[in-house]
Amino acid sequence: MKTVKVSGKTVEAAITKALDELNATTKEDIDFKVVEEPSKGFLGIIGSREAVLEASLKIDPVAEGLHFLQQVIADMGVNVEVKTQETGKETILSLTGDDLGVMIGKRGKTLDSLQYLVNLAANRYTDRYYRIILDAEDYRKRRREALEQLADRLALKAKRTGEKVFLEPMVSRERKIIHAALQKNNDVQTYSDGTDPHRYVVIAPK
Amino acid sequence: MKQLVETMARSLVDYPEHVDVTERQQDNTLVLTLTVHESDMGKVIGKQGRIANSLRSVLYAAAAHHQQRVRLDIAE
Repeated sequence: MKTVKVSGKTVEAAITKALDELNATTKEDIDFKVVEEPSKGFLGIIGSREAVLEASLKIDPVAEGLHFLQQVIADMGVNVEVKTQETGKETILSLTGDDLGVMIGKRGKTLDSLQYLVNLAANRYTDRYYRIILDAEDYRKRRREALEQLADRLALKAKRTGEKVFLEPMVSRERKIIHAALQKNNDVQTYSDGTDPHRYVVIAPK
Repeated sequence: MKQLVETMARSLVDYPEHVDVTERQQDNTLVLTLTVHESDMGKVIGKQGRIANSLRSVLYAAAAHHQQRVRLDIAE
């Protein structure tokens, strides 16, 4: 992150200088810390000291994440566009275009990887973690529905055969969908086994 | 492909100016070697290689789209 150290006769003067150096327009766009308070000194001559502050541009995680994603899309050489959707505490970056298959990958592997990297890039400078979800033409919703159907089907199988059914390894978000889908099912219970990234759901008959 | 790795790595590390990617052709595969500042190694590898694996997934997707074979090595 770019930090500048500026000085001025007063704190206000130093802030103006910092805005100029950081190409920012208002005080709200920057974070600053007063390193030294100004002092008039004796008769305004001896021992007078200028105000010194350290300032940096305030970082907007969503803007950082979006910028990262757009750069990656350009470098990948794919025909994809990004739409931003704010939903309160999280932001959805939705991909549209001709090359969505490339962006999603097998079982969403590329989309999940890219989402992870976008979140890392977005939250690089922030103390509070801001979550960004990457989606591609409702892929997340379609995947959820597919997983819920899979859960129901395998629960029936577990009940019919009386044997445990082991699912393939999934990320935590997808495992959660399976657990939630079968929570109210009285015929089976579910739990996860193994360690990440090979953790998987087990559906066991009751 | 080289540019893609540079872009991603620079956005993750503390010392973007130390990010370097070299490329060489090995048989029909383009081998990219990523070098970062010593203290940034964790930032491109991650816990159990999670970041490195994500970088590879995205890179391989892009390469496959352009009918290329690519490998990404991260130099010690």
